[in-house]
Amino acid sequence: MSLKGKAYIAGAYEHPIRRADDKSVAQLHAEVARGALADAGLTMRDVDGYFCAGDAPGLGALSMVDYMGMTLRHVDTTETGGSSYVVHVAHAAAAIAAGRCNVALITLAGRPKAEGMATGTAPRNYGPSPDVPFELPYAPTTVNMYAMAAMRHMHEYGTTSEQLAWIRVAASHHAQHNPHAMVRDVVTVQDVVGSPMIADPLHRLDCCVISDGGGALVVVRPEIARQLKRPLVKVIGTGEFMRAQIGGKVDLLTTGAAWTGPAAFAEAGVKPADIQYASIYDSFTITVLLTLEDLGFCKKGEGGRFVSDGNLISGSGKLPFNTDGGGLCNNHPGNRGGMTKVIEAVRQLRAEAHPKVQIPNCRLALAHGTGGSLGTRHGSGTLIMERE
Amino acid sequence: MSITIGRREMPAPAVTPETRPFWEAAAEGRLLVKRCDDCGEHHYYPRAACPFCGSERTQWRQASGQGTIYSFSVMRRAEVPYVVAYVTLEEGPTMMTNIVDTEADGIRIGQRVVVHFQPSDGGPPLPVFAPA
Repeated sequence: MSLKGKAYIAGAYEHPIRRADDKSVAQLHAEVARGALADAGLTMRDVDGYFCAGDAPGLGALSMVDYMGMTLRHVDTTETGGSSYVVHVAHAAAAIAAGRCNVALITLAGRPKAEGMATGTAPRNYGPSPDVPFELPYAPTTVNMYAMAAMRHMHEYGTTSEQLAWIRVAASHHAQHNPHAMVRDVVTVQDVVGSPMIADPLHRLDCCVISDGGGALVVVRPEIARQLKRPLVKVIGTGEFMRAQIGGKVDLLTTGAAWTGPAAFAEAGVKPADIQYASIYDSFTITVLLTLEDLGFCKKGEGGRFVSDGNLISGSGKLPFNTDGGGLCNNHPGNRGGMTKVIEAVRQLRAEAHPKVQIPNCRLALAHGTGGSLGTRHGSGTLIMERE
Repeated sequence: MSITIGRREMPAPAVTPETRPFWEAAAEGRLLVKRCDDCGEHHYYPRAACPFCGSERTQWRQASGQGTIYSFSVMRRAEVPYVVAYVTLEEGPTMMTNIVDTEADGIRIGQRVVVHFQPSDGGPPLPVFAPA
């Protein structure tokens, strides 16, 4: 069943907080829920479907439903890391199309900053997972796993650190206009390649920020969207994919976007060249480069040239991306950036982005999430939205 | 400035019934991979059933211990810098490991490496690789 036109994003809210020492994770979830519902012109009583992922505390959806006092007839706790919320929008559209709910609430919140988490540089322990004994002793971390993808791309295609740096440069040009962004300094390619090396070939400025906060979305059926007062943002294309190591046939250069992109574009009936704005998950600069290639914005191996010379900067580049500053500069709430990717795309389609970065007459936007570890174990979600 | 990559303390891997032969062989300095009798594919990390065809007819095979570096990263932001890598074994599978006993700046993708076994903290030794 095609999900094209089956649901609309009626509410979107990004928490302005970046360090939440005095708030609990549950409290942050409830704050973003109220924010998105108020944005849509709805209340918690209207919600009959709820979507959350691994960041929800305690028993996840059960704890949050109890805490927020919800009465539900549909729930979905799909966990694909930071891409979960992009996938949730597609699942919400499917649930609405199947008649299982009318108003779907999606929430994300986290406080890794307040908790002093070494997000990128501490070895990742997934607990009693079958891969852990064969990996954890070697100290894989978020940053050195992504770095291996970058190293391989440089080896195969001659991609340079300077080309990767352009991704950060573009994000910084956008972040300067976002009063909530954690880092608002405009940087140059030289600033990025001159910043300390964390894990070869990724420098400090190739890495996203660590932040607290969260966000929420409200997805509704078309009849409800038309009764509300907000601009109509229609879901027209969706794709999801899980990528793994395939029993040792490791390929760090092909992401799940190679499947989610074609699926979403086919459902939407549009081409990459039609997209006016793209939110691309940017845990690291290399994440953006590989994703743009796999979504079809350029050929495999040409990502370095595609992102160079300001091509991602709103107003001058051909493909404006992450106009809120993205994870590289704005925020990465709970170490999960998929939610804010959708939120900024909604802002662009509503013409509610900052005037300095707003794309004129933005009708078609894409949001992509990458959760987990690039190339080895990640969940990908692509969403294409249209302003009606 | 190049860094000499030595060996760091490694935590003990959790040994399960499914993977015990792998770790017992490691204690004897032998690297094992699994091969499927039905589809003929080697896989890594080892599982009871083949991840390619689902067959439970999998056998432990001793690998040559020779491989090439598929990718790597020098983790400079660590108390003792180390090199995480994927090494493609002669038998086919690519495995996560560490590169040891070399200069960081000399490591290259495609470089030939050979397995060594390094003690872990209270558990079986772990396969690591050094330039051949």
